Amino acid sequence: MTDSQVSAAATAGAAQPWGYSGSYFDDPPGGRSGMMSWLLTTDHKRIGLMYLAALGTFFIVGMLLGLLIRLELMQPGEQFINARTYNSVFTLHGVIMIFLFIVPGIPAVLGNFVLPLQLGADDVAFPKLNLASWYVYMVGAVMALVSLFTGGGTPDTGWTFYAPYSVNTGSNVTLAVLAAFVLGFSSILTGMNFITTIHRLRAKGMGFFRMPLFCWGLYATSWIQVIATPVVGITLVLLAMERAVGIGFFDPARGGDPILYQHLFWIYSHPVVYVMILPAMGIVSEILPAFARRTIFGYKAIAMSSMAIAIVGYLVWGHHMFTVGMSDTARWVFSLLTFLVAIPTGIKIFNWVATLYKGSIEVGVPLLYAVGFIFLFSIGGLTGLVNGALSTDIHVHDTAFIVGHFHYTMFGGAGIGLFAGMHFWFPKIFGRMYNEKRARTAWGLIMIGFNTLYFPMLVLGIMGMPRRYHDYLPQFQVPHFISTVGSWILVGGILLMIYNLWRGARSGSPAPANPWGASTLEWQASSPPPQFNFAKPPVVTHGPYEFEEILKSAPTATPEAAS
Amino acid sequence: MSSMNATTAAPAHHHADPVGAKTGMWLFLFTELLLFGGLFIVYAVYRQRFGHEFGLAAQELNVTMGVTNTIVLLTSSLTMVLSVGALQRGRIGRSLAALVATLGLAGVFLVIKYFEWSAKHSHGIFPGAEHLHAMPHGEGLFFNLYFMMTGLHGIHVVIGMIVMLVVLVKIRNGSVNAANQGVLEYTGLYWHLVDLIWIFLLPLFYLTN
Repeated sequence: MTDSQVSAAATAGAAQPWGYSGSYFDDPPGGRSGMMSWLLTTDHKRIGLMYLAALGTFFIVGMLLGLLIRLELMQPGEQFINARTYNSVFTLHGVIMIFLFIVPGIPAVLGNFVLPLQLGADDVAFPKLNLASWYVYMVGAVMALVSLFTGGGTPDTGWTFYAPYSVNTGSNVTLAVLAAFVLGFSSILTGMNFITTIHRLRAKGMGFFRMPLFCWGLYATSWIQVIATPVVGITLVLLAMERAVGIGFFDPARGGDPILYQHLFWIYSHPVVYVMILPAMGIVSEILPAFARRTIFGYKAIAMSSMAIAIVGYLVWGHHMFTVGMSDTARWVFSLLTFLVAIPTGIKIFNWVATLYKGSIEVGVPLLYAVGFIFLFSIGGLTGLVNGALSTDIHVHDTAFIVGHFHYTMFGGAGIGLFAGMHFWFPKIFGRMYNEKRARTAWGLIMIGFNTLYFPMLVLGIMGMPRRYHDYLPQFQVPHFISTVGSWILVGGILLMIYNLWRGARSGSPAPANPWGASTLEWQASSPPPQFNFAKPPVVTHGPYEFEEILKSAPTATPEAAS
Repeated sequence: MSSMNATTAAPAHHHADPVGAKTGMWLFLFTELLLFGGLFIVYAVYRQRFGHEFGLAAQELNVTMGVTNTIVLLTSSLTMVLSVGALQRGRIGRSLAALVATLGLAGVFLVIKYFEWSAKHSHGIFPGAEHLHAMPHGEGLFFNLYFMMTGLHGIHVVIGMIVMLVVLVKIRNGSVNAANQGVLEYTGLYWHLVDLIWIFLLPLFYLTN
């Protein structure tokens, strides 16, 4: 990774000081080298990669646990693991995938790497705090892992830690919720950092409405992290105190109310699904204009709909609780608000499709993932309306339908969005290209496997199969079996994708600064960028997706046009 | 950024941005409010449900001590402002004196809190106590809320004192000064938040009947 690309500085003919040329993979002269230069770095790009390493590891572990769940459910009766272990496995799968992978996911990895580049900045607003967030995340992750093997054993409550069971169970819930608290703290710090960065470090000439849409997605996300996470933080501490000394807040025997726990939990945990999805929507909004070679349709509508989702999404948590015994008034208000969230989401989808209309489309791998996102997330969103309607929710509540819906939105949305972003910014991050043909094969396997795995869950749920069950009646067997076969295809596709990216990072062909001909600022930096990103601070004179302007003044994309 | 000399040393790339730093600090204070906000929600729900019992339980608390502590904290906020103002005018000695006074008042607050808590403890009122279990539901919840909320607030007081000590050292060795007073100012903002939260805790617990 040491061969530095021809940077803009070199073409300008001036010798740039270190930090404005070369690659961020090179150790700073006179500074630390090797491992310590990474562990003590404040470079947002290196911190992004450190998150990628951690998150990638947890993702693979979570994926294997999910595979184990599917193997157990392939046939009725006990196959590989007993009911008690099964409870622990789905809890682990949920805790790892949610708290360790998908919540930090896109902001921590791609947000860290891309946000300052897209803003034309040399780093985030608080680089040391950024490194501290990584360490806080790692402490939380270690606590979560320790909780699996100590105390009363692996938590078996599901990732929601519902009282009163989470208070009474002998498994090691206390340490697990404190781990989630610490992870939440990391999330808050990242959110604060990004908000300040967006407010203070935009390049000269970049007004808020000249920001790339990924930045808008991260901006909305960061506000949710800051507003929602502290509430679940204190809730989880109260749960730990409840277990430690019995404060009675969630214990009906002492006047407490377990439903209050659910409220407090979902006040955070519903908005946090938008923490997962909004940056993914931002990624799609970046990829579509780049591969359709035209400006995004409805820039302001997409930017504002991110904020609208963040605001309205904060007020819909009660739709997780339609069957717990809330008042009818609360139920219809939450249901109405839930339907309202669908409007900004629909605005985005229509704008994306309109962006492709009459574009000059190049079907690259990132575009495939982006289109896959739109397809899968549309299914996820529409099945969400089934849950959001009071009458149908009574029927599908706590069934496999919810599991299917959730995976279509979170994996089909946030997960596929992350894959899309990885394939889009991969040349920028590693300065090399991946194998395009293998990437397409992996994408095909993932799309086929995904739908084979999760669509039967929707059917099963409507048939009446409850979620989180270790065993089931014979009439559910065929869809369960199909679903398990789908999990093999999906895992095969994901492993192929990871292998392909790994190989590309090690030995792919060198990538130019702007391999896709995209228009945002990060493509003006060399691939991989130098430590402080830009040879000279960029000045912005037009919107982020105005390709005509870019063609007029793009020395890197069309060298022969530059005089 | 404009240094074009071909030095090999890493250029100092980050300009000090006081507005950005203050933005970050306000965001942090906002998250602190929401952290307490969760507890205020719990309080509101149970007070609505057990209003009468909350009133009975509140009579057990010592209003004199609560009000004294309020005055102590408010005064400490004043000395904090004086410390910031003095440093901005370059009067190091006066700033240090006011900061030490703030620390002292924070200490007084904790001592009074200690006497209050130990008085409750001697009556068998503390989280997990048998006596508390035997009480009517509303009173038990009231005292558990009291300990959780004043406890979390007390932790914030302790953290504030630690930060003040660090800033004290930094002012003494000159790394925080009139031109670079941000750290003291942000500590002050934090301290006012601690004060503000206490101002809500006083009526909710001591003055309820």
